[in-house]
Amino acid sequence: MSDSAITDDKSRRDFLIISTSVVGAVGTALAAWPLVDSMNPAADTLALSTTEVDLAPIKEGQSITVVWRGKPVFVRYRTAAEIKTANDAKLEDLPDPQADKDRVKKAQWLIMVGVCTHLGCIPLGQKANDPKGEFGGWFCPCHGSHYDTSGRIRKGPAPENLFVPEYKYLSDTKVQIG
Amino acid sequence: MSKFFENPVIKWVEYRLPIFSFIDESVGSGYPTPKNLNYWWNFGSLAGLVLVIMIATGIVLAMNYTAHVDYAFESVERIMRDVNYGWLVRYIHVNGGSMFFILVYIHMFRGLYYGSFKEPRELLWIIGVFILLAMMATAFMGYVLPWGQMSFWGATVITNLFSAIPLIGDSIVTWLWGGFSVDNPTLNRFYAFHYLLPFVIFALVFIHLWALHVHKSSNPLGIDIQGPQDTIPFHPYFTIKDLFGMGVFMLIFMYFVFFAPNFFGEPDNYIKANPLVTPPHIVPEWYFLPFYAILRAVPDIWFISAKLGGVIAMFGSILILLLLPWLDRSKVRSSQFRPINRQLFWVFFVDCLILGWVGANSPDAVFHGVPFLWIGRVTTAYYFAHILLIIPLVSILERTKPLPESISAAVTANAKSGAGE
Ligand code: HEM
Ligand code: FES
Repeated sequence: MSDSAITDDKSRRDFLIISTSVVGAVGTALAAWPLVDSMNPAADTLALSTTEVDLAPIKEGQSITVVWRGKPVFVRYRTAAEIKTANDAKLEDLPDPQADKDRVKKAQWLIMVGVCTHLGCIPLGQKANDPKGEFGGWFCPCHGSHYDTSGRIRKGPAPENLFVPEYKYLSDTKVQIG
Repeated sequence: MSKFFENPVIKWVEYRLPIFSFIDESVGSGYPTPKNLNYWWNFGSLAGLVLVIMIATGIVLAMNYTAHVDYAFESVERIMRDVNYGWLVRYIHVNGGSMFFILVYIHMFRGLYYGSFKEPRELLWIIGVFILLAMMATAFMGYVLPWGQMSFWGATVITNLFSAIPLIGDSIVTWLWGGFSVDNPTLNRFYAFHYLLPFVIFALVFIHLWALHVHKSSNPLGIDIQGPQDTIPFHPYFTIKDLFGMGVFMLIFMYFVFFAPNFFGEPDNYIKANPLVTPPHIVPEWYFLPFYAILRAVPDIWFISAKLGGVIAMFGSILILLLLPWLDRSKVRSSQFRPINRQLFWVFFVDCLILGWVGANSPDAVFHGVPFLWIGRVTTAYYFAHILLIIPLVSILERTKPLPESISAAVTANAKSGAGE
């Protein structure tokens, strides 16, 4: 065998080792994907993803909490004064700037997920005698986040406004969330 | 021992699988141990004992526990009231978790004080840090299983930490939950992991001991073994000392099990989980408090939000321990011969205690006019400064005291003068 035949052989082997190792590694990663993805929400969990709310019994200035996807959703019939303070806030004063009108479909009905955007506690403010924080909306006791009457973060460690879910009015007094 | 190895049955087995000589060389008369080990060297074997107790009681609990959101809380109450000795098994498991952390924290501070993490025991130390991480994951998921209010809200707050990760954070949290909140899928997978991880810990402990036996235990003087005059066989001298330690430890452990079983617990966890009501004051188990304080101490820094910064600092506070063998450049291991390091060690120890105390209090609370937030910030800053700045600087600048020429020389000198340390 000549010298060049030996080097030929070596580079052919290197090629085989590298290519089979790469294919093997990719194959193993692909095989692991079903295991990883099996931990994502299952079809039945996803199927539970709408909730209907009847607005008729709620009086002005009252809030109710409904459950959507295992999370509380705050539904508040806001007073004119609350709507006004929400509109009066200057956008540049907000950590997560968003106008009140972009957070509601009808100004009197504020609908949002009642989960603090910091670490997931449920803010207080739904009941008449709850602390409502310095901005008259909601107050999260876990690490002290204050939300205003539009559910926007004003003070404290939470980075974002309370999340507004997808919803639609089925009639004047019925809303479907999700 | 030698007589034992002449037994024909033992010989037959040994020829095929040298398991008895392996045991003898690991924890028997065939394992030479420094003669000057003090009681701080008992904590490794104590942690091993607790690991075995946790696995034994855990398996028995698993026989009566139901991992479903509708039954988990009730099944634990049934264990407490109806299952024979269920209350005992559960209280041993619950308090065993706390004991485990006390022992391992002492074990780690021992390593810090006596420089056990230094060359050639760096990997031994690193494996230890991984054991701590695995223990934390195990204990965190175990605490979720009884499905009380603290279980639920602790799980919610801690899993939400991952949402701080930019871009993919929210998908990661959904993946961890297997849903849109902490719910039944979450409980099920936590149970699966809580069952698995102790066995992973067991394997890690095995590697930890393997690394230990290559260079043997360090010792309070921190100098190397030079010959047989410096050692005594592990069995019977240290088997008996470890057993004595276990006796003392079990007295303390059983005091809590029988007389103060809920001392380390939170009363709120005897209220069933309610996803719609957050308890007014969420606190993690005591052994996580220093890290919880670090999590909450970090403010917004430049473009990093307080939430992300807190998460980085919390995990970082454990991960920087991995670098310790290279941060501390002193050739002298034991703080007995490092006067400055020795004093600063105690400052660091107190700093960790204060962090724990801050973690137990609400950040809005005030202590004699000083907000806890600021106590937390100062002690967090010191924690990192101690490891990243003070340790390297002291290790370079400090003048160490002269080392004894050998373990046996120091031991005999001590015996003659009648003093001991
Ligand atoms: C590294 C060892 C372990 C640690 C640190 C640990 C820690 C914990 C903790 C802190 C709890 C919550 C206790 C409570 O408040 O009720 C718990 C519960 C539980 N653990 Fe473990 N555990 C360990 C090993 C195991 C093993 C090996 C098993 C099963 C084979 C197991 C099965 C259980 C079960 C079924 C519960 C729920 C029952 C209860 O809450 O009392 N554990 N564990
Ligand atoms: S979870 Fe609301 S402030 Fe932290």
